[in-house]
Amino acid sequence: MAEFTAPDYLTALPEIFLAAISLIFLMIGVFAGNRSTKLLTWLCVAAMSAAFIMVLAGSHSYSTTFFGMFVSDSFSIFMKCLVLIGAAVTLIMGMGFVKRENMNRFEFPVLILFATLGMLLMISANDLIALYVGLELQSLSLYIVAAFRRESLRSSEAGLKYFVLGALSSGLLLYGCSMVYGFTGFTGFDEIAAAIGHGGGDTHSATAIGILIGLVFITAALAFKVSAVPFHMWTPDVYEGAPTPVTAFFAAAPKIAAMALLLRVLLGPFHELLVQWDQIIVFISIASMALGAFAAIGQSNIKRLIAYSSIGHIGYALVGLAAGTPEGVRGVLIYLAIYMVMSLGTFACILAMRRRGQMVEKIEDLAGLSKSNPPVALALAIFMFSMAGIPPMAGFFGKLYVFLAAIEEGMYGLAIIGVLTSAVGAYYYIRIVKVMYFDKPVESFDKPIGMELSSVLVGTGVVTLFFFAYPTPVLEGAQAAAALLFP
Amino acid sequence: MTDWPILSTVTFLPLLGAAFILLIRGNEATVARNSRHVALWTTVATFAISLLLIAGFDTTTAEFQFEEFTPWLPEFGIGYHLGIDGISVFFLLLTTFLVPICIISCWQAVQTRVREYMIAFLVLETFMVGVFCSLDLMMFYIFFEGQLIPMFLIIGIWGGARRVYSAYKFFLYTLVGSVLFLLAILFMYFQTGTTDIPALMSHVWTPAMQTWLWLALFASFAVKLPMWPFHTWLPDAHVEAPTAGSVILAGILLKMGGYGFLRFSLPMFPDASEFFMPFIFALSVVAVIYTSLVALMQQDMKKLIAYSSVAHMGIVTIGLFTFTGQGIEGGIFQMLSHGVLSAALFLIVGVIYDRMHSREIAAYGGLVHRMPVYAFVFMVIMLASIGLPATSGFVGEFLIFVGVFQVNTWVAMLGLTGVILGAAYMLWLYRRVIFGELTKENLKSIKDLNMREIGFFAPLVVLALFMGIYPKPFLDVLHVSVENLIAQTEMARMGGAEVVADLVPDALAKVLR
Repeated sequence: MAEFTAPDYLTALPEIFLAAISLIFLMIGVFAGNRSTKLLTWLCVAAMSAAFIMVLAGSHSYSTTFFGMFVSDSFSIFMKCLVLIGAAVTLIMGMGFVKRENMNRFEFPVLILFATLGMLLMISANDLIALYVGLELQSLSLYIVAAFRRESLRSSEAGLKYFVLGALSSGLLLYGCSMVYGFTGFTGFDEIAAAIGHGGGDTHSATAIGILIGLVFITAALAFKVSAVPFHMWTPDVYEGAPTPVTAFFAAAPKIAAMALLLRVLLGPFHELLVQWDQIIVFISIASMALGAFAAIGQSNIKRLIAYSSIGHIGYALVGLAAGTPEGVRGVLIYLAIYMVMSLGTFACILAMRRRGQMVEKIEDLAGLSKSNPPVALALAIFMFSMAGIPPMAGFFGKLYVFLAAIEEGMYGLAIIGVLTSAVGAYYYIRIVKVMYFDKPVESFDKPIGMELSSVLVGTGVVTLFFFAYPTPVLEGAQAAAALLFP
Repeated sequence: MTDWPILSTVTFLPLLGAAFILLIRGNEATVARNSRHVALWTTVATFAISLLLIAGFDTTTAEFQFEEFTPWLPEFGIGYHLGIDGISVFFLLLTTFLVPICIISCWQAVQTRVREYMIAFLVLETFMVGVFCSLDLMMFYIFFEGQLIPMFLIIGIWGGARRVYSAYKFFLYTLVGSVLFLLAILFMYFQTGTTDIPALMSHVWTPAMQTWLWLALFASFAVKLPMWPFHTWLPDAHVEAPTAGSVILAGILLKMGGYGFLRFSLPMFPDASEFFMPFIFALSVVAVIYTSLVALMQQDMKKLIAYSSVAHMGIVTIGLFTFTGQGIEGGIFQMLSHGVLSAALFLIVGVIYDRMHSREIAAYGGLVHRMPVYAFVFMVIMLASIGLPATSGFVGEFLIFVGVFQVNTWVAMLGLTGVILGAAYMLWLYRRVIFGELTKENLKSIKDLNMREIGFFAPLVVLALFMGIYPKPFLDVLHVSVENLIAQTEMARMGGAEVVADLVPDALAKVLR
């Protein structure tokens, strides 16, 4: 029997650090009670920043640990950086809201930290079991924060809906995993890839069909997590019902983590089956873009509108995955990075929509914002034009890189549908600009909006507006990360 | 040649002005006054610097001049590449010339949100100048598309009663056209590995590719130009936009469609351009005759001028697609002339609109009795627009029809019908507004042009006459570049051995399969 060798803990240092410190924070919270919420929030942000530095300082070369279950490489580094930024920024933005809206309980920042930890584990998963554990840690924390305002019917409903449908998708995922395990005999990604590779191009043997069925289940479950059509039904309700900082968090971090997982699973163990899963991805990409564009038109609640718009954005990101090339994946990564910044900024604006202490969420409430609060209106206009993909905003470049990959692969149909739906989508984005700039002002929002929100707004706005001037860090990071998935 | 990056200065100086306006502090009146002044002086300075371009322009070469190049997205071969040739230099000058006039013209007309208004105009100027001097397709697209944002806001915030509808229509129409253009750019990039315009011009495309790329570009430029039947956004946008917005729309934005055809469609896809020549001729002839007839029946002055713009641009496209030196030079000259004239016409409407707040033709009559100077300005511009000899309109139209006669007599004949109709609606408009008895009570106290208004009409009137009496300086600059364009087209056509006509059904079949 082989000697037990201790795994290389250093590779997983950020995760180990976060796991340990979140337990400490939990203890602080338990003993100090709810008055420590503000302190804990800042501590969580500090912990995320520390983890961010650890991720960046860690080795950029490919390394696995915990017997091949955990992987760290430039892809995971890129994605983890995004997730950590997204999580930390949403915590900062949400502080004012948490204090005002009766959410001042110490569990909130700690749960977000747990969810973030789960996401980091998902991104680094190199094994079906590790994948599932990471995903569940994330999901369970998210179910709770979605229903965090117990006294609010809508919030509880959102949490319950998210829980029931999330459990269903976890079931699908487990089922798919067990199929794959059953037909290949492995749970490790590398081994599965090798086993599928051994099967050669034979797609009609019982084994190949079994694996394929497993793959379909896994893809469906992950499509649920990224809220791609036709697994998107939960998104509008949960976005609308959940407390706004939580929605902001949903829109930024978990989407990115789930997308990372989708990329890693499809391009890692199932790379050989590209022809098979590509059809699924092309379909859900087109369906998401179309639904995102058309369903958002009739919305009057801005959170619901953003929910549909996020479905559309995932559709655009998936265009890059459908191309199935390093350029395509690079496009996906760039798109996700830009999308995260835009959506954080948009939610910062939504959090600023407060009138006499009450949050308002109707699009009409924005009327005349350009007069009553020009900076916020300008920022929101920048984000809307960016989401619509109008140059020179950042969103244009996101779309550019995914469509470039699609064109290179000769997927003209997909590219044409994509740009046309983006033109349809532009309609509802500019509707928000229209309401803010062309309509008669209604009562002004509460001022000032607070230091935290203002700094987030300025930061995300500047990045979105001036992305074109210095895109190199994102491009190079994405390039390195994408190259890694294609050995 | 100096090392000083004149083109970058001209492009980004307005943006600097906009940033400066953003920093102005004080109460509303101070901000408004200072914004106006900053905007005016920035645009005047931009115009002055852009004059250096024509002063230092070498008319003997068709090469791009004042070139600037910096890598921007090096891993994609996309660079920050600026430069001008004989074709673009006048469009650039037209832009820098018209923007200060716009700023002066709305000195008093715009009283709300002056700061934002001036910022929007300055940003728009940067984008417009950028379009004409970009030598990289990606940059061209960014500038081309970016101007939707300020224009959307200008129409939507400061426009008339149906401004929201018009702003949407303008935005979405143009956007749908340009996203297909974007795909074409991506395809071209994928095929050649670069988006550098001079490099792409030397690339020879197979006829089948040319057809599709040409159509994608056509979708964008035909909407922008606008060609019949894609013109319906234009009358709405023009009518609802504030005067200065209409001036920019008619004077410059429309020219970008024509410029796009000249810069991309003709030299890069000559086979396709030739193949689609009858198609363009047909659309143009319909545009010229149909929109002229429509213009004849308009009750609204701005709408009438908007339709006349569509008709004039129809004549331009006829000229561009003749592939003859006269036709193309005439087309460019006509665009420049129309830039000056349509700008002047919208300002003429703006002047009485500011006084009476009505654009209805029926609301006026007999203005000559109270406004002789106005009547004179209107007359010169109106006659130039009809194309009377010794005005700028004549030179362009004459050259175009000389070109067209060599290619297709029928097109020339039908096109000329449009010119006659043009004379009809313009003269009739003039008669109804200016002549007759001054019977309407509220017009009896209307004031003639003030010094500010004379100030911005004078350069336009002088230019309209100068371009008509002595067009040589303009044509000299154009000549070498146009010759080069035609040579390029010929050469590329030699390169493509097969005829497009045979390949189109194949390409269609391939797609359908």
